[in-house]
Amino acid sequence: MEKISIEICTGTTCYVMGASDLLTLEEHLRPPLSSSVKISGSTCLGICRDKRFKPPFVRVAGKLIAQASVRKVLKAVEAEYSGGSYAYDE
Amino acid sequence: MLTMNNQSNYIRKELSSLLLKDFNEDKLARTIDRIPIDLNPRDKSSYRCCTFKDRAMTRYRIMALLGFSIEQDDDEYKPLKEYLGEALVREKIEHPPLTVISVACSSCPRVTYRVTDSCRGCLARPCETNCPFGAISIKNGRAEIDKDKCRNCGKCRELCPFNAIIYTPVPCEDACPVNAVKRDDSGNMFIDYDNCISCGRCVRSCPFGAVMERSQLIDVSARIKEKKPITAMLAPSIIGQFPGSTAQLVAALKQLGFTAVVDVAAGADETSALEAVEFAERIEQGEAMMATSCCPAWVDAAEKHISGMKIFLSDTGTPLFYTSQAAETLFPGSLKVFIGPCTAKRSEAIRDNSADYVLSFEELGAMLIAAGIDVNDCEETDFNGGDGSFRARAFAASGGVADAVIARFDEETRSICNPLKVDGLTKKNINLLKAAAAGKLKYNLIEVMSCEGGCICGPGVIGNPKVVKKKLENSMSA
Repeated sequence: MEKISIEICTGTTCYVMGASDLLTLEEHLRPPLSSSVKISGSTCLGICRDKRFKPPFVRVAGKLIAQASVRKVLKAVEAEYSGGSYAYDE
Repeated sequence: MLTMNNQSNYIRKELSSLLLKDFNEDKLARTIDRIPIDLNPRDKSSYRCCTFKDRAMTRYRIMALLGFSIEQDDDEYKPLKEYLGEALVREKIEHPPLTVISVACSSCPRVTYRVTDSCRGCLARPCETNCPFGAISIKNGRAEIDKDKCRNCGKCRELCPFNAIIYTPVPCEDACPVNAVKRDDSGNMFIDYDNCISCGRCVRSCPFGAVMERSQLIDVSARIKEKKPITAMLAPSIIGQFPGSTAQLVAALKQLGFTAVVDVAAGADETSALEAVEFAERIEQGEAMMATSCCPAWVDAAEKHISGMKIFLSDTGTPLFYTSQAAETLFPGSLKVFIGPCTAKRSEAIRDNSADYVLSFEELGAMLIAAGIDVNDCEETDFNGGDGSFRARAFAASGGVADAVIARFDEETRSICNPLKVDGLTKKNINLLKAAAAGKLKYNLIEVMSCEGGCICGPGVIGNPKVVKKKLENSMSA
């Protein structure tokens, strides 16, 4: 199975607005999820210029989570893994 | 204590960057009175009882962000635009560093121990038998706590086999280690500034965001706009607070308009060298101990609340003190801004006259957001006047100050040194320090950090302390 990509924006805006917490994401992942994801940091995704969404931003399997928190990302990853649904922001 | 990422912090950061953005674009005077309405439109669900209270809260938050004391300066007739005008022409920063938005205070109930439905009115009744104040009786088959007799010792909760007794704290009162949080007649909290040590715990612990720092963001931004020479003094705890490297952040600060950026870790080197000499001298003169003095909340606590401790505080200056002197030599007449994680530094800067302004990392973050500067995009740039050593960087975590001092000892001094590292100025640790001051403990070098974990866990940080600690350890072993 292809790994689920988790892209965490670590641009300055996202970092200041809470992305630093997201860097602990790995600690919160338990098997089988922990071996099913690929976490990467990304430079500014540019979404902060879009007034509709609030930082910090994470993309799970390419889909956007605004005002992301560890809890939100975990829920999305669980949904991706089990084929369930998650209400992405875009 | 609340986690660092919560709605209350988020709103503060969002509001600060919004204010600064409009300030940078020269339109804040026009927009400032609209912001409370724009941020809380009628069709949005409200945090409090209604949209209108949310708007009032935004107004008070803006006042605190403009540096005003709500207790002293609140005039409901006065538009925010006038406050802004006053903020822009003020020359000096005043005590106290904190302000309480009493309208935001929820007057949390004092009843802290309660019996829940899980109580089965059992036969053993350990709560009733063991309450030292006779406050518990069994009524209608269930334990009942007499509010007038209960002294909040918590014994009943510990003993109940059903976990039927719960504790609901008053977060600010619980967090304040020196009983400076008090109540007025209507139950709203206020800060007794004579007792307050500016540690910032109440700011961090209030779930309603009722306590705020009086920000100096607008003062610093205005001086930058006026093109005044202005030096940023960056605390060692900067590690991990922003993406990119510290060298990139130096460039980001210059892009913001700071004319020079100096490393407070360089001052920390001087502090540890001088404190090592001072320790040896004091012990040789027969003194029982010496306590480090670089944490300003601790110094305040030692002077105000721990009788007999003051004489043991080292006379050596803080890292900021020496950095400020060096900055003055390098850039005479330049304004100086300390940027760090600390609330108490706002008091220290006034006490030592070592900085004109103090900003938190969070506030620096708001400035970067408002200016649209991404640290990742900046070139690596050196500090003006050189860097501190790796040992000085370790000042940022608990234990680091004592370690840096001890590292400077000769063999003989090291062999007689018996350090006590106090990690966090909790009520319990204050009692420990009282015992130390009374000569009841055998330690002779005492390091105290007001924040558990040290400066990297300070009230003004952005970086998750776990992530930062790892980064700090990696940089030490590199």
